[in-house]
Amino acid sequence: MAGTQGVREPGGPGGLRVDDDGRILAGLLRGDERVFGELVVRWGGAMLRLALMYVGSRAVAEEVVQDAWLAVLGSVRRFEGRSALRTWVLGVVVNTARSRARAERRSVPVAVGEPCVDPARFHPPDAVEWPDHWRVGPVPWPAPEEALLAGETQRVVVEAIAALPGALREVIVLRDLEGMTAAETCAVLGLSDVNQRVMLHRARARVRLAIEEYFDATELT
Amino acid sequence: MSDVGVLPEMPCRELVELVTDYLENRLSASDRVRFEAHIADCPYCETYLEQMRQTIRLMGRLPEESLSDEARQALLSAFRGWARK
Repeated sequence: MAGTQGVREPGGPGGLRVDDDGRILAGLLRGDERVFGELVVRWGGAMLRLALMYVGSRAVAEEVVQDAWLAVLGSVRRFEGRSALRTWVLGVVVNTARSRARAERRSVPVAVGEPCVDPARFHPPDAVEWPDHWRVGPVPWPAPEEALLAGETQRVVVEAIAALPGALREVIVLRDLEGMTAAETCAVLGLSDVNQRVMLHRARARVRLAIEEYFDATELT
Repeated sequence: MSDVGVLPEMPCRELVELVTDYLENRLSASDRVRFEAHIADCPYCETYLEQMRQTIRLMGRLPEESLSDEARQALLSAFRGWARK
């Protein structure tokens, strides 16, 4: 069978199906360049986007992706298949990018106890009417949702993700951009299930807030 | 569900902290009942939940980057070298 056929994904851009892993692995192990080339194209975009979350420049991010692929080739013969191949490869990118970025890495502590929504937006707990209920509630965003996908909103989202503390950014990128499951994300980042969820929620709340602030600001102008 | 009456109401301030637990199906059965009872009654929290969903959908559709041709060529030649080993 032609290698490129073996790695074609029918279901959309999310990557290859898990049950293709056997064919991909077999292709790589027999040195089929078409299989590898197809993988580089299919997964390279996600890998580069992930690397860019750690290192400042595109050139360095491309190096991270290349180093990650070399590391993958270096150990693929021992790959045990305990995770999907794509998850494993993205995990290698995380590790490569982490060590590359170590020098410039800011370790911002994640304030786990703090509320995700500004307390001033709620009535105080001892209010006579509506204690702990919204005082300044969210206003629905412009419909239709296609407006949300406009370039400007995407830029706001990308910037909000980039501004997150490193640990929160890692979790939200793997979960919500790369589409990993909670279990995969925990395995790649070495997090407990509870911490993963707390951090994911905190990160999502910040990105939501950035979109809200963007729409609030555009309405005023 | 008839149980809602005996459970304490889930205030908005508590609900917004539990949205991801709710979406991940990690709430206890009673908190799930409280969460859904509140959402059914509170347009603000309903909006908040919907906006979290919209945020997630939006992130899932962000464009990927693409590798430069040079990087791709370098990788293919590295692969050839690796395959010969």
